[in-house]
Amino acid sequence: MMTNPTGRLTQGQFSFLPDLTDAEIALQVEYGLNKGYAWSLEYTDDPHPRNTYWEMYGQPMFDLKDAAGVLMELADCRKAFPNHYIRMLAFDSAQGVESIAMSFIVNRPKSEPGFALDRQEIVGRTQRYAVRAYSTGRPENERY
Amino acid sequence: MSAPLYRIPGATKSAASTAPADPRVAGTPGASGSADAGAPAQDAPHLPRTVAEVLASSQVEAVLDELDRDLVGLAPVKQRIRDIAALLVIDKLRLNLGLAAQSPSLHMSFTGNPGTGKTTVAMRMAQILHRLGYVRKGHLVAVTRDDLVGQYIGHTAPKTREVLKKAMGGVLFIDEAYYLFRPENERDYGQEAIEILLQVMENQRDDLVVILAGYADRMDTFFRSNPGMSSRIAHHLDFPDYSEGELLEIAERMLAQQNYRFGEGARDALAQYLARRIAQPHFANARSVRNALDRARLRQASRLFAERDRELTLDDLCTIAEADIRASRVFAGPAPSTTTDTGSGEGSRSTAGDSR
Repeated sequence: MMTNPTGRLTQGQFSFLPDLTDAEIALQVEYGLNKGYAWSLEYTDDPHPRNTYWEMYGQPMFDLKDAAGVLMELADCRKAFPNHYIRMLAFDSAQGVESIAMSFIVNRPKSEPGFALDRQEIVGRTQRYAVRAYSTGRPENERY
Repeated sequence: MSAPLYRIPGATKSAASTAPADPRVAGTPGASGSADAGAPAQDAPHLPRTVAEVLASSQVEAVLDELDRDLVGLAPVKQRIRDIAALLVIDKLRLNLGLAAQSPSLHMSFTGNPGTGKTTVAMRMAQILHRLGYVRKGHLVAVTRDDLVGQYIGHTAPKTREVLKKAMGGVLFIDEAYYLFRPENERDYGQEAIEILLQVMENQRDDLVVILAGYADRMDTFFRSNPGMSSRIAHHLDFPDYSEGELLEIAERMLAQQNYRFGEGARDALAQYLARRIAQPHFANARSVRNALDRARLRQASRLFAERDRELTLDDLCTIAEADIRASRVFAGPAPSTTTDTGSGEGSRSTAGDSR
């Protein structure tokens, strides 16, 4: 697709950029910690854009002071799910916000086949469209 | 498909490549103490070549002076902190000349009798190491067995890891560490916590300093049953018992902190009290002094309380009188026969009891 020339999944922050290195991730985490966010990790192998809630890896990390702790958890998660999408979320607990303030992908499968556009003709030759990830054709945990 | 050509703003050229960079590099700019600690050698035109120049640009000396001022006695502990500070300064000079230096292992164990200041020093150690530039954040996470060891299978590892994550960038202080290991129960989960601790202590030496504290004899048993732990701790600091003079000085500082002072003869009374108390079992050094002073304050309060109609001056309210100390139970028994007796009594000081 012309809008996404690299064919990579683009969700959250920095997703049009090359993958962040650990050093860059640490910088982002540090920024979030200074703002008082609680970081957490999530993983999935279903990259559909409407798949909002991914699986949590461990619990959200409250009361951390340094990025090293978050990176330690990320290393564990990568070891457990080397071929899944892994993203980092920063939860802002400030009153009135209480939601995700940052989110970016930190791990991708080696190959990302992308999405297919399904067309369905319904009454009166109306077209109905659906997006389907090629990888979801196979069962869970065998997709990438 | 090909990777895009754009790059995240502020990222270095090498960081944009696929080679994973060292996360430590990125961690330092956020740390407040890094300005003097990691002193970037590239942009400073003149690099310090003498110890004095490095000292001038850091707070090392201020830290050491403060330590001398605030803590009574503890000469071996102070000496070790001095050594660590000296190593930091020399490392910086070596770095300026292009000699790569590996950061030293700073895990410590504090052993000593009750009330010798193990916890107090640990609390300060986080601050000291932060100012010396060894730890990035300088906070202290104090835990005991309960915080590390879980209740059931599979509970311990996440619990321990969570504590470790919280302590990253600072100091993890494990009080009464020997409770982690219970040899009488071979299925005790403490062993699992110890293994995770060891792994992180080894692999993330730059991120975390672990301090174990406990009474000397039990820590010896602990280290004997966990040789891996013992060898990964570079600094075994033994806290000596305080002498009588040091205990008196501690007492005066404690009183001054609470806006009290000794009345006439009260200081001598306390000296005699200490001489008797040291010879008795369950003597807990500074902690016993604090308890004695607390009891003296109680007696002072009831003494003043009894005089209903007297107008109490500031002086009255601040003064611990000799009688307040002399009323102690310790004076009821027989006096220690000679002064040398108290010296030999030190060896028999119990490490158990009176620890709370």
